[in-house]
Amino acid sequence: MGSVVSSFGNLCGKEKKQEEERHLRANDRPFNLSYLYANNAIKTSKYNVFTFLPLNLFEQFTRLANAYFLFLLLLQLIPQVSSLSWFTTAVPLILVLSMTAVKDASDDINRHRCDRQVNNRQVNVLTDGELKKEKWMNVQVGDIVKLESNHFVTADLLLLSSSEPLNLVYVETAELDGETNLKVKQALTVTGEMGDNIEALSTFRGEVRCEPPNNRLDKFKGNLTVNGQTYGLDNDKILLRGCTLRNTEWCFGLVIFGGPDTKLMQNSGKTTFKRTSIDHLMNVLVLCIFGFLGTMCFVLAIGNAIWEVKEGSVFTAFLPREAGVNAALSSFLSFWSYVIVLNTVVPISLYVSVEIIRLGNSFYIDWDRKMYYPKNDTPAQARTTTLNEELGQIKYIFSDKTGTLTQNIMTFNKCSINGKNYGELFDFSGQRVEVTEKTQRVDFSWNQLADPNFIFHDYSLLETVKEGNPEARAFFRLLALCHTVMPEEKKEGELNYQAQSPDEGALVTAARNFGFVFRSRTPETITIMEMGRKVTCELLAVLDFNNVRKRMSVIVRSPEGKMTLYCKGADTIIYERLHPSCKKLMDVTTGHLNEYAGDGLRTLVLAYKDLEESYMDGWRQRHHEASTAMEGQEEMLNELYEEIEKDMTLLGATAVEDKLQDGVPQTIEQLAKADIKIWVLTGDKQETAENIGYSCNMLREEMKDVFIVAANTAEGVKEELQNARRKMCPEAAEEPSVIKARAGLFWLQKTETVRDEKVDGDYGLIINGHSLAFALEKDLELELLRTACMCQTVICCRVTPLQKAQVVQLVKKYKQAVTLAIGDGANDVSMIKAAHIGVGISGQEGMQAVLSSDFSFAQFRYLQRLLLVHGRWSYLRMCKFLRYFFYKNFTFTFVHFWYAFFCGFSAQTVYDEWFITLYNLMYTALPILSLCLFDQDVNDRWSFQYPQLYSPGQLNMYFSKKAFVRCMMHSCYSSLILFFIPWAAMHDTVRDDGRDIADYQSFALLAQTCLLVVVSAQLCLDTHYWTTVNQLFVWGSLATYFAVTFTMYSNGMFLIFTSVFPFIGTARNSLNQPNVWLTIFLISLLCILPVVALRFVLLQIRPTINDKVRHMVGKEVLPSPAPRRPPARRISTRQSGYAFSHSQGYGNLVTSQGFLLKRPLKGRSILFTQTDSALAENKPQQYRTITEEVEESQSSHSW
Amino acid sequence: MMASSYKDEDGHISVSGTGAGAGSLPSKKPENTAFKQQRLPAWQPVLTAGTVLPAFFIIGLIFIPIGIGLYVTSNNIKEFEIDYTGLDPSSPCFNCSQNFSWNSTKPCTCSIPFYLEQPYESNVFMYYGLSNFYQNHRRYVKSRDDSQLNGNEESLRKPSKECEPYARHDNRPIAPCGAIANSMFNDTLELFYSDPNGTKTQIPLTATGIAWWTDKHVKFRNPGGNNDNLTAAFQGTTKPINWRRPAYELDSDPENNGFINEDFIVWMRTAALPTFRKLYRIIQRRNTMVPTLPRGNYTLEVVYNYPVRSFDGRKRMIFSTISWMGGKNPFLGIAYITVGSVCFLLGVILLFIHHKYDNRNNNPDISSN
Repeated sequence: MGSVVSSFGNLCGKEKKQEEERHLRANDRPFNLSYLYANNAIKTSKYNVFTFLPLNLFEQFTRLANAYFLFLLLLQLIPQVSSLSWFTTAVPLILVLSMTAVKDASDDINRHRCDRQVNNRQVNVLTDGELKKEKWMNVQVGDIVKLESNHFVTADLLLLSSSEPLNLVYVETAELDGETNLKVKQALTVTGEMGDNIEALSTFRGEVRCEPPNNRLDKFKGNLTVNGQTYGLDNDKILLRGCTLRNTEWCFGLVIFGGPDTKLMQNSGKTTFKRTSIDHLMNVLVLCIFGFLGTMCFVLAIGNAIWEVKEGSVFTAFLPREAGVNAALSSFLSFWSYVIVLNTVVPISLYVSVEIIRLGNSFYIDWDRKMYYPKNDTPAQARTTTLNEELGQIKYIFSDKTGTLTQNIMTFNKCSINGKNYGELFDFSGQRVEVTEKTQRVDFSWNQLADPNFIFHDYSLLETVKEGNPEARAFFRLLALCHTVMPEEKKEGELNYQAQSPDEGALVTAARNFGFVFRSRTPETITIMEMGRKVTCELLAVLDFNNVRKRMSVIVRSPEGKMTLYCKGADTIIYERLHPSCKKLMDVTTGHLNEYAGDGLRTLVLAYKDLEESYMDGWRQRHHEASTAMEGQEEMLNELYEEIEKDMTLLGATAVEDKLQDGVPQTIEQLAKADIKIWVLTGDKQETAENIGYSCNMLREEMKDVFIVAANTAEGVKEELQNARRKMCPEAAEEPSVIKARAGLFWLQKTETVRDEKVDGDYGLIINGHSLAFALEKDLELELLRTACMCQTVICCRVTPLQKAQVVQLVKKYKQAVTLAIGDGANDVSMIKAAHIGVGISGQEGMQAVLSSDFSFAQFRYLQRLLLVHGRWSYLRMCKFLRYFFYKNFTFTFVHFWYAFFCGFSAQTVYDEWFITLYNLMYTALPILSLCLFDQDVNDRWSFQYPQLYSPGQLNMYFSKKAFVRCMMHSCYSSLILFFIPWAAMHDTVRDDGRDIADYQSFALLAQTCLLVVVSAQLCLDTHYWTTVNQLFVWGSLATYFAVTFTMYSNGMFLIFTSVFPFIGTARNSLNQPNVWLTIFLISLLCILPVVALRFVLLQIRPTINDKVRHMVGKEVLPSPAPRRPPARRISTRQSGYAFSHSQGYGNLVTSQGFLLKRPLKGRSILFTQTDSALAENKPQQYRTITEEVEESQSSHSW
Repeated sequence: MMASSYKDEDGHISVSGTGAGAGSLPSKKPENTAFKQQRLPAWQPVLTAGTVLPAFFIIGLIFIPIGIGLYVTSNNIKEFEIDYTGLDPSSPCFNCSQNFSWNSTKPCTCSIPFYLEQPYESNVFMYYGLSNFYQNHRRYVKSRDDSQLNGNEESLRKPSKECEPYARHDNRPIAPCGAIANSMFNDTLELFYSDPNGTKTQIPLTATGIAWWTDKHVKFRNPGGNNDNLTAAFQGTTKPINWRRPAYELDSDPENNGFINEDFIVWMRTAALPTFRKLYRIIQRRNTMVPTLPRGNYTLEVVYNYPVRSFDGRKRMIFSTISWMGGKNPFLGIAYITVGSVCFLLGVILLFIHHKYDNRNNNPDISSN
């Protein structure tokens, strides 16, 4: 068989031989070096000491804003154009550049450190016949390296040999593809024979020809030539860099790709940069502003031309023109001069401030104690600092189930044995008591093998077992025998179960604690401790689980020789196969099952059957024949199973709780109130998903209907979707109404938006992965979207990671809404990356989701705080910032525009140049920052009280193009006041001693003082939350302004820097005039009062939700929280009690000879180590590959 | 309502936190500071009828009296203005304005009689006003060398580039350089009082104390420090092209000569707007019994040197008294009265609106947003 594979590989290798191919020879450095392949050193850093400055500067100037300011700076160096001194632009630019450079440098230093750490890892390399420790970076292509357990794989290696039987190695690929389960790789036999024979390895001269470096993780093509024989190589023989070796003592590998050529490195660097919608809007606005700036300058340039012709030409007696400058040229020059003067409309500090605000708000998330999970010491973490405000605009949440909504902990919660219900507590009046942390637990200390973590509250069950109730004993015996769990007993009495499915583990653990301890297994026997007595049962057959059978049975022979079939499975399936005598018991049990299902528990029904020796002999004979049959093996086995699994006796039912995380239903309720739609995308089965849907309040009894889409053809899916839609909204148009629009920079992006359709009542939609595959096709996706968006709750089950991402993208594309994906496992990575915001649940085993997420925390319930508090505030603050920032800069700039009409369009500035330099940098920077870091409209408790406060964010109410235009109009008004009131007040006025005050310098001082007072007052008006810091910054900035002004206008400064500070004495001479202060006062009030009046009128006539809540905050105390009521029991028609996360193929595995016999003494249960991860349930095929490996190896072994 | 059930989590955490923190690793639990938990004590003002409406009324009540006071003050200031540009053929200065040439050696004079209808009691300030004169043009404003004017010897010899094209003349540096200095106003105005009995007496005009103290004593300094011999200090420089006399001959008083000549300083303080007035002379009150300028006939004698006709400019002579709020400017008073009234009116309107919509507001139905 091996030769077939190899010749096939050979064929492929020859056929697909590309021009570029890698050719290397083991242990032959000179030969390999001749190809100049990259060695194993990696470099992710961008700069070194010498390249940092030029490269970083270049990079920074590729950003539009920086380039623009550089351009301005260059313009200012032209004397004819320069209307401002160079420092007005240079100072802010240098400040911004150096801040960014420092940040980049520290990032790069970190990368250097990382690189160095990785490059200096040690690995054993085979050189000159012996193993030597070598740094990773010195490993060359063609070297043979030795890896040990838990080592990182050094480079992309061809596996040569391993310590494990059949040359297997186990690797964890989490870093590579995010899958946390172990994968098996197997070396070729020809190389595997070398084992750890150093001599053989160092004389190994295999030649490898393979594909050139690429980024396909799942494919590898090549061949290996040893001693003239050629063997095909595929992905199964390659260990990729980024994997970790697990459960393998050692292995040897031949380096094929090193460093930058490895598939890991070829795959990196593709992470797409997420930007918020505010970012996009900001870019569009900045472009608009550029256009606007151009228009203003153009108007002023025209004005200049007219002035030059009409006035300038005759004024030449006093103001001669420069040589060669005529009106046209002058107007051209003045265009550029005005570009410089008016450049403050696009302030450089905008981007810097935005970054600072986001950073601050990210820190708040990191610091939040209410998002800190003490159990595993995990604080919330904002991993991206650029997306905060988007958290306030979420419209759709896509959630994983396992590990996100649920804890992924299965607990044996209740059971029904022989018609008696156990597991519930009642008080004396017969009322159901809610189980809390304080409820007394059953004491299992009598059982030395009991699992201390097992918690049960109902004493009566233990008593029943201890009394020796036969049914109860049979019940637990079944649980102890009928499963595929592997035990691990490292120390005597320290039992550890490796369960393939967590529910099975829960059941076996329950049996263990109730005195039926599953101790060990061999392929033929199972040893259990039955109430302290060791019982070894002979395992005659395992009738394995599969999706059709939905049950699993074992046939065992007890030491007494009694043969029994134990079966557990879905209620519907088992009920069909029960003996008619169980009818009565069935009815009682059904009642219990309904109760369990109503509580959202996963149920299984247990049954047994005693078997006749004679019948069994025949059956076993046939079973053996069937399992060795070459054809139709599966059908024959199924038939046999069907035959024996009938007329069983019902024992009872188990209820396993898939524990929800704390506060999940409440969180979902809160989020629903905030008008956020939650879609659950899970790899779980439909039944499980549905169960969880009910238990976390997403699906409710009062829903009008819950549609289930589970068709197997495209037509079927379409029909089911359409039927659902017609039922919900009969009058809706058949064709979806798609609004086509253009958006983005230069309106290049085409967007299509499907409008929301109103539906009466709540509906739910459950769609399974198979149907989803059809529904996500081009022609059905809109249908899916429309139907799904009409529903209150959407649950997609059995979806692959790719489908998760597709669903997110679908909503993103057609709803133009902000999406958030939350998950914990590697299978959620794709959707976390696809959504606008990805949230990872941290603190669990796998970190993949967290690593690719933007925010992470430990519990699903923190999501409500993240969105309703942090998100809302961030959005509010960012919008406030933008509105205010544009206001203050437009106001600043427009005054220049008005002044142009009075200074011959000569680009004379209204303010002192120093004021222009420091306005954004110093006088207004801190107050606005304090506003945007501290402001809250209402505090967090009120935000929770009224989740409706979240909706304005979803509708982009606080900042949009409209708001921007309003800002501009407001600025226009303010600037008119700011220019014309001083103009009228100062025009022809003199000081109280008759001297000059209408001079340019006094006017500039007056205008800039007024401006600063007005923008500060406006800031105060916008501030909702006055902390001491706000006060300090506002008053401090004003004080700084006066201090700086008086200093710069002082005698000393003038005498030292005569030409830089010509405003000497202006402050003293004009600020001691009463009419100057009266003017300042008048202007401030004129700018502020209309705003106050308008806001007050709006508050009265059309109060927003925020106004209403704020109004209440002022008046009332927060209503005390309602006591947490125990979740109401769902008196329901059972959807389906059956929910069992199990997959096929384990029966064979646990009983297989090769597997068990070859197991070394130390307990090693590699196959199951990670199985309680989300993946275990989602992707059974992962396990199948392993099974096949094992089987294959088994067969080859027996050959 | 549900969510608030987690509010007590802080307490809950601290209990289990101590258990978890018992290990060697410090807990990653964030600090419980008001700043980090965003619980800084704060004042949260809300716009309510109770604050907004009184504010409007109070502002109205404050503004109107201030406005009236300002208006009355401004109205009490006496001002008299003569346009002596001489555009009208009937004007005495018509000839001078017509026959202007920069290099005429004979100054053209004209005298304008006028009649003051009311006496000016206190000190009277005499201004010259120019219109349509773009002293605030960017190229004009920057055409000066402050360090030269500050007496810097080096700048005296090598005027700044900003002064171009008035930096050098005949290969000699111009002092003071630049377009501003070059275009200095150089009309001479003299005032004569005609007694009812026909005798003409010249009214003494004070030429000092018209510039800012800081300008006179800090910003402007003659080269060579306190050297009395200005002529020597200006050695090697030439006068601005339009000037008739060099800078060191502007006045005979050494304290008012050269760069610290107050007429020059006043001119160098460029105006913010194209129409402006500048203080020319002060008529000091000598005798408390007699008004500074009694009612009667006067004559303004003008030595017409300064051409403004070419750019449609106007020249004015203004007498004005002053008050605590400066010269005559009714604007502020009117503005205050207007704003005060508007505030009052707005207060009434807002009160009305508030009254009308108040009921709706009192029971805010939040869920029906």
